[in-house]
Amino acid sequence: MSSISAPEIRKEFVKSKVGLAGIGILAFLIILSAVSAITIPIDTFKQWNNPGSWILYPKTSVPIWINYFVSEKIPEHLILNNPVTITKDDTISLTSNQFGMQYHYDDFPSDFIYEFDVEYSGSHLLQISVIRPDQSEILLLSKTLPYSDTTVTHHERIFSTDNNIKKNVQIYLSEMGLYRQNMSSEDMIFANMDGKVLKGDYLFLVNIYGTNEKVSVIDSKLIIGGKAYGMMGTDELRRDLIVGLLWGTPLALFIGIAVAVGSVISGLIYGVYSGFKGKKTDEVMMRFNDVIYALPALPFLIILAVTISNSIFLLVGFLMIFGWVGIAKVSRSMALQIKTRQYVEASQMMGQKNSKIVFKHMIPQLLPYAFASIAISVPAAITTEAGLSFLGLGDPTFPTWGQILHDANTYGAAARGLWWWIAPPGIMIAITGLAFVFIGNALDAIINPKLKK
Amino acid sequence: MFGVLMITLLLTIALVGSNMDIILKQGIVYQVRAEITENPAIAESFTTVEEFDEFVQKQIDQRIETLGLDNPWYSPQRIGFTMYKILILDFGNATFLTSDSGSSNVGDILLEKIPRTVLLFTTATIIISIIGIFLGALAGSKVGSVIDRITSTFAVISSSFPVWWIGMLMIFLFAFTYHIFPARATPSILPTEPDYIFALLYHMALPLITIVMIGFGAWAYLVRNFMVGTLQEDFITAKKAIGISRKKIIYKHALKNAAPPIVTILALSLSGSLGGAIITEAVFDWPGMGRLYFEAISVMDLPIIIGATYVLTVLFLISILVADVLYGYFDPRVKTS
Repeated sequence: MSSISAPEIRKEFVKSKVGLAGIGILAFLIILSAVSAITIPIDTFKQWNNPGSWILYPKTSVPIWINYFVSEKIPEHLILNNPVTITKDDTISLTSNQFGMQYHYDDFPSDFIYEFDVEYSGSHLLQISVIRPDQSEILLLSKTLPYSDTTVTHHERIFSTDNNIKKNVQIYLSEMGLYRQNMSSEDMIFANMDGKVLKGDYLFLVNIYGTNEKVSVIDSKLIIGGKAYGMMGTDELRRDLIVGLLWGTPLALFIGIAVAVGSVISGLIYGVYSGFKGKKTDEVMMRFNDVIYALPALPFLIILAVTISNSIFLLVGFLMIFGWVGIAKVSRSMALQIKTRQYVEASQMMGQKNSKIVFKHMIPQLLPYAFASIAISVPAAITTEAGLSFLGLGDPTFPTWGQILHDANTYGAAARGLWWWIAPPGIMIAITGLAFVFIGNALDAIINPKLKK
Repeated sequence: MFGVLMITLLLTIALVGSNMDIILKQGIVYQVRAEITENPAIAESFTTVEEFDEFVQKQIDQRIETLGLDNPWYSPQRIGFTMYKILILDFGNATFLTSDSGSSNVGDILLEKIPRTVLLFTTATIIISIIGIFLGALAGSKVGSVIDRITSTFAVISSSFPVWWIGMLMIFLFAFTYHIFPARATPSILPTEPDYIFALLYHMALPLITIVMIGFGAWAYLVRNFMVGTLQEDFITAKKAIGISRKKIIYKHALKNAAPPIVTILALSLSGSLGGAIITEAVFDWPGMGRLYFEAISVMDLPIIIGATYVLTVLFLISILVADVLYGYFDPRVKTS
């Protein structure tokens, strides 16, 4: 704890490989937070716990990059929402949405859904057909939209389980001389003559015919259900895990840094003041410190979270309550040493205010130690928060890594082998922790040169 | 020491007290209504609805009064009474949870769970400290060697993983992918059967391995740092100069001098791990204090929460005391002051 000046610390720190690695990881995490804040719309993460907003996503699907490692390509979950739109105005008007896609997977899709919003008046006919890679065209469905005199907006989802679709496909196949009674319609559409997957380009056509009334398609989506989706897969509640993982980053950094800075600063001031005042004040303050020290932290955090509130900001406060104690003890003993130095005694004799001595002469001496402690106490704060969230006591309005793991545990992810649900959040927690441990260790080695050799 | 215990209790009661009162009062209202619906004669003996309602309200008030719930939870009598009962180790009866043998006495429940938690975490701590001390001494004596670097790296990496997450991965790997260990740590046979202890030990394997795996790295690193400090001191150099063998210096002289802080931290980490047991036990479903505590919190079973917090605090304080005493034993300089 000798006094090292700031430039010296910086110079030493740049030399330390571990410290630089820590800074590197931290920078990466900060960039990741920034990227996620910019690219992912804020309402996506607000909708995290709203099952309705994830309905178009597949259930417990693996990350898509798995396909690079396996020989049997797992069908991807495709959400096609940019159809090519062609309109023809004749005596019979035609609005056609065309969804083209390449299908090169080794398994059938699990289902498909066509979802659309359309504004029209009068009566219209909706026809869905598919052109397969072998150029055969199958009519899937043709139905009329409900008649209306005035302009209405019609919303509908057409599922592949629709009986009419199944019948139509079966009729088509029987004309080709094939009878497939026990296959689902999506399997029949994507199968070749031998019942295997027919790979190639598919074109889904959605045609709306009408007689001279206006039709405008507001929204039109074709979802080909698969078993692989997104960078990180999805969970049981169909949530895209990459969203949760990315949004967890700034949250974890916020929790960790806020708790560490808050508790180190309050501990530092408390300890230095106690050591500086000495006598009765010191005695009383240290007894109070002992009381907090002897409280079992986790049980109390759980009680606090259950009884008061599980808001993330209050949680930061609760974590601070238990974080400052150790710092206060160490900084008090350091303050006792500094107090005897001549310049402190001199300024005391000159009649400087106590607060000025503490803040101007004593605390700056402890700053290197404070920075190291901040870095070292961040991982503990992050893991404790994750632990509380894991027990289901987290703030439900923010998706943290601990909550993802909580859900994984609730839905038995370990038993079902859903590794992409369990591994990434924990790895993120560990990486974040490591960054701060690296920085802390590097600082520690500079402040306590004895450990380095 | 005693004061700390009392403050802890007061805080616990303060935090859970108000919620508990609401739950208890609702319970009474429910009970009274149930009794009246079961016995239609009571309802028939009243002529007007108002009279009947008044009767029901009176019944409820009467019961609230007998249980002492008419005073708020912060009234001196009630807190004093609760504290007194806890001091004489009478925790009362649990509201919802029972022990495996069916008793709802909090004392019984705690007595049943404490040995299991102590068994798991003491075993783990002992294994961790043995591995940690030897590995740390080895690494500390050869600073900069391969083993030193591996230990330090492993320590840093393992300490940043949450134990319960590693637990989930271990369950995934060894219980479901390879079927070596059971996934739930609660044995499926009854505690009364003679083979119970073996079943318990078998089920203990997975949590034990996990805790040890995560724990020993940090330990070794700690011991290493103390060793490095001690080995730089003059008396070690002197001993080297006399020609005492390297092994003897490390394990006998240096380790003994590094012992006081190590022992202190050992005692503290043991009690600290008891607090952390809540999450670990929840993951592995180990039937100990931690899981009991979590279950009690989720159903707001006040007597158990208070009892468990009390026991945890007592254990924590005992270990602080033991650490102090041991410190004095290993480092006689402390005794004089």
